[in-house]
Amino acid sequence: MPEKKKIRLLIGKIGLDGHDRGAKIIARALRDAGFEVIYTGLHQTPEMVVQTAIQEDVDAIGLSILSGAHNHLFPSVLQLLSERGADDIKLFGGGIIPKEDIPGLKEKGVLELFTPGASTREIIEWVKMNIQPRQLKK
Amino acid sequence: MEVSRSKNRAKSKKEWLEQTLKPHLNENKERSISFTTVSSMPIERLYTLEDLANFDYYEKLGFPGEYPYTRGIHPTMYRGRLWTMRQFSGFGTAKDTNNRYHYLLDHGQTGLSVAFDLPTLMGIDSDHPLAQGEVGKEGVAIDTLADMEVLFDGIPLDKISTSMTINAPASVLFAMYIAVGEKQGVQSYKLEGTIQNDILKEYIAQKEWIYPPRPSIRIITDIMAYCMKKVPKWNTISISGYHIREAGSTAVQELAFTLADGIEYVKAGIEAGLDIDGFAPRLSFFFNSHNDFFEEIAKMRAARRIWSRVMRERFKVKDPRSWMLRFHTQTAGCSLTAQQPHNNIVRVTIQALAAVLGGTQSLHTNSMDETLALPTEKAVRIALRTQQIIAEESGVANSIDPLGGSYFVEALTDKIEEEAMGYINRIDEMGGMVNAIEAGFPQKEIADAAYRYQQQLDRKEKTVVGVNKYIMEEEKPIEILKIGEETEIEQKKRLQNVKNMRNAGKVKECLDRLMEAAHGGENLMPRILDAVRAYASIGEICDTMKKVFGEYREASVI
Repeated sequence: MPEKKKIRLLIGKIGLDGHDRGAKIIARALRDAGFEVIYTGLHQTPEMVVQTAIQEDVDAIGLSILSGAHNHLFPSVLQLLSERGADDIKLFGGGIIPKEDIPGLKEKGVLELFTPGASTREIIEWVKMNIQPRQLKK
Repeated sequence: MEVSRSKNRAKSKKEWLEQTLKPHLNENKERSISFTTVSSMPIERLYTLEDLANFDYYEKLGFPGEYPYTRGIHPTMYRGRLWTMRQFSGFGTAKDTNNRYHYLLDHGQTGLSVAFDLPTLMGIDSDHPLAQGEVGKEGVAIDTLADMEVLFDGIPLDKISTSMTINAPASVLFAMYIAVGEKQGVQSYKLEGTIQNDILKEYIAQKEWIYPPRPSIRIITDIMAYCMKKVPKWNTISISGYHIREAGSTAVQELAFTLADGIEYVKAGIEAGLDIDGFAPRLSFFFNSHNDFFEEIAKMRAARRIWSRVMRERFKVKDPRSWMLRFHTQTAGCSLTAQQPHNNIVRVTIQALAAVLGGTQSLHTNSMDETLALPTEKAVRIALRTQQIIAEESGVANSIDPLGGSYFVEALTDKIEEEAMGYINRIDEMGGMVNAIEAGFPQKEIADAAYRYQQQLDRKEKTVVGVNKYIMEEEKPIEILKIGEETEIEQKKRLQNVKNMRNAGKVKECLDRLMEAAHGGENLMPRILDAVRAYASIGEICDTMKKVFGEYREASVI
């Protein structure tokens, strides 16, 4: 049996907001759960995130946004992924995102959004269920 | 410690443990094997006189208004004057926020506190590519003096004190405030208020920086020097633990890192050749008040005691005004839950009460909806009313430090002091806070604490009502404040208008003079003030200094 490829995830902070507590906790929890995790650090633009995701050959991107700019930033990332032919990289996220904004973002292609109070277990379980290594899928 | 006993004597703690407690515990288990504070500090079952061995009232507490100020910095505390009720507020354009200020002042708020949006906090203009989607969202957008004039329209700056939460570009916003005063005919020596201006905590926790630490500290000492001469009633730095705590630190870490930052600013002021008694009384502090009631009260009491000792014993400061730790408090935003948001009113009440019992000089109570968005008018009014009820109905403001002498509170105050001093000594050994930050030390300690707490929540070792216990499946959403996209469009248009109307040659001249000053050792404040008066934008001014000072890049720690 071929060795199963480890799932690679990019956890990122996008925009100007410096509240990285959640992103760091999630990055660490996912790493402890056995995923390969790349953390971007702060103040990333959509271009920077997409570039890193492609270079690092990740299976999914998880973005944390608390600044209220989610309706602008998530779609920008999706569009750039599509432009670079990398729309098989899944996008999920979390942060302070009002309930009524979630359906619109999901329609645009954000796979899942976690709001305040989500536990790290919940997120780990979701990743296990929903993210597969990209090449196995093809 | 031997407890003196009368004939009808009480038992010693040990006797009670053996004779009363043990048989009881055999039959009745406690709720948990161990009890800890929200920060994981161990808490004993019972505190008695025996826990305060070698406790010297005069050395540890003294009297209000006297060294070491454990019981408060004023001789009469809230019997004389209540704390300032200062709700942090700002959103959308300067006009939107000006309306909210008038609303809050009409409802009895006694000071203003400006929340700036993220582009302003990062020193970039509203039309910068990185600002897109963020203009006016988390605070008010300010690009030029023209915005600042609108922000304070109809608010007399000689009658109101203003706190501005601004750090990396603090010098620019402060200059704008001075310039608005000039336009209103208020001379700078009459201005009262605070700029947060605490760049060290930005590298540690809040992460809205521009320049690397060393030039940033030079800007701060320039502000201190300028204020000593021109704006003597201004608090030049609000040394902030708030964001350190929000980033996930423990109460002890919040206290220790904040005071260590304070020590670093004092050292910087001395190195810049300033008279310590000229700037030290204008340093103020800013703490978070979290859910664990007694831990917070003890933290604030320990803070005053440590600071006065550091100032008197370490820096050999003579003037008692320099020994006093004055502080603003904000209830803990990170403790609020999106689930069952009305519960947040209760959390805020407990936290606000702790701040008052801890002796705060000024207080912001968070609104119940702040974990979802910026607060609505209704939510912010309830938050303000919470303070008013504590102040005027509860009776807690009628006696000074009413918990002083409590076995538990004094033991906890001592314990927090001891642990905080442990951190402060470690940071001293590293050569001070700038070195510690460059080594990633406080960042790592905080990330570890944040992760530990999240695990405790996930394992249900710590309870958050409505989140990991007493959950309701379906909740009706509450009304929240929305900032529309029109704010950004309007703000960009305003900026363009200002740029079209101003004297471009004058702006360039001012920015060139600022660059010269940045290269040399001249105080930057007069140059920044000139640029502001010429309607140079925040982005133009900060970029000018960036060319000389460079930009900060963080090595990310997870």
